[in-house]
Amino acid sequence: MEQPLIKAVGLYRYFGEFCAVRDLAFNLNRGEILGLLGPNGAGKSTTLRMLSGALAPSAGDIWLSGVNLREHPRQAKKTLGYLPEVPPLYPELTVDEYLGYCAGLRGLAAPQCAVARQKVKGRCGLADHGGRLIGNLSKGYRQRVGIAQAIVHEPGAIILDEPTSGLDPNQILEFRGLIRELGKHHGIILSTHILQEVKAVCDRVYIMNEGRLATSAAMEQLARHADRNLLIRLGRPPALEAIRDLPGVCSVGVLGESRFRLELEDDAAPGVIAERIVNSGWDLEELTSGVTELEHIFTQHTTGKIPS
Amino acid sequence: MILGIAGRELRSLFLSPLAWILMSVSMLLLAWLFLVRLEEFIQLQPRLAALENAPGITAILVVPQFGSAAMILMLIVPVLCMGLFARELSSGTFSLLLSSPVSVTQIVLGKYLAVLALLGILLLLIVLMPLSLLMGGALDLGTLAACILGLVLLLAAYGAVGLYFSSLTRQPAIAAVSSYGALLLLWVLDLAGGGLFSYLGMSGHFQRLTSGLVFSSDMLYFMLLTGLCLTLTIRRLDTLRTFG
Repeated sequence: MEQPLIKAVGLYRYFGEFCAVRDLAFNLNRGEILGLLGPNGAGKSTTLRMLSGALAPSAGDIWLSGVNLREHPRQAKKTLGYLPEVPPLYPELTVDEYLGYCAGLRGLAAPQCAVARQKVKGRCGLADHGGRLIGNLSKGYRQRVGIAQAIVHEPGAIILDEPTSGLDPNQILEFRGLIRELGKHHGIILSTHILQEVKAVCDRVYIMNEGRLATSAAMEQLARHADRNLLIRLGRPPALEAIRDLPGVCSVGVLGESRFRLELEDDAAPGVIAERIVNSGWDLEELTSGVTELEHIFTQHTTGKIPS
Repeated sequence: MILGIAGRELRSLFLSPLAWILMSVSMLLLAWLFLVRLEEFIQLQPRLAALENAPGITAILVVPQFGSAAMILMLIVPVLCMGLFARELSSGTFSLLLSSPVSVTQIVLGKYLAVLALLGILLLLIVLMPLSLLMGGALDLGTLAACILGLVLLLAAYGAVGLYFSSLTRQPAIAAVSSYGALLLLWVLDLAGGGLFSYLGMSGHFQRLTSGLVFSSDMLYFMLLTGLCLTLTIRRLDTLRTFG
């Protein structure tokens, strides 16, 4: 079996007394897109900086394609592409010069550099911008250049720290397409605090909070559980028991005087429930599908509260 | 890899107006001093002709010219070097280098090579001035060679000191001021008198070289200083990874 592209065991990182990451372990395999979620300050960027070799862990070990990052850093980093939170761009260089430099830095020979540069420009929508100075590009285009430098040498593992910040909605859609395509042959770790992004592209999600791995789940599993709750608002709410007796409802949460959250069974039909509420004369004012499972899990694990 | 880093750095240096300004300012000052000294020499010439064993143009003009170059470049080199690491650290581009399959030693040597290339160009321009005297007369080429050697070694040390101070901070101005302070201190260290201080001071070693006395101990001093600063820079950047 192929080695995992990234394997981390028992990672700790202290900044003075402050522990930014504690006891973190995970694997990234080829063909997998992993979403790293967490509120600001959860330790996502610190984790990614450690995985990329830019920051030494206080304890723990990292293997990139089976090569220990601490013992053989240069060999290990060959299989890695990294986009930090702030794209590492030189504003005085043109896009072509910059991408050529990055390719050379990752050990590509000169003739390969030109080919790789051309290919990556096409992939990232930079084909017409090769001669432009990076300093003159808009934020979205700079972000694209940042993504381009991370994948120019076709690394096995790609680490992207908040890659869609600064992109407009169209660019975000394009970018998701690019990620999905890359995810077929590479392994990608994507850090973000945008839940939709994770839902749209990731196969697996890790949620971090206060430096720890709060939970992890496969997206398939989440999708199966999604839409299993309904939010309703009633003009004339009945007793709680009456709501619980609706068909397919397994539990009811009270969110306000007239607002309720219904947890549904697997085979529940929202249409039937709505019909029953209307027929019972409870004056249905609003019925929406509640928060999806991911948001639910995220809020629960990062704040300890049940979301409304 | 080293060449790639050096090439990128050199390109960035020349793409910014700073390098051009610094080079033209230093050339302007040196050219002015050169012309003033030439004028003085021409006025002195009739009296020198009457003397037996009179000092030649090399001793009167070329050697002081190299001394002035050493002083002016002490002001220029820290500014040229200030951004080498400080700018990469503050703009976040350093993480690109750290996540690439290059060692810290390669990064430091690449940057240093870029500095040497730039200083080499500057040195060439400085040397051209005394060489132009060959059109009108003879020079003591041995002394000139010793002067050039002295300036090469001195500039190599200046560059290494500038590089080190640039790796200590994220703010280029702080790097420039502190490396300027360090260089000036090294220059005036031997004012304190003999012994250790006079060995640690730069000026004595440089002056011996420019007067035409090439001692290996003086050459070794500059090499040690250069090596020490480069090693300290590598150490510093390694700890940066550890301490964040």
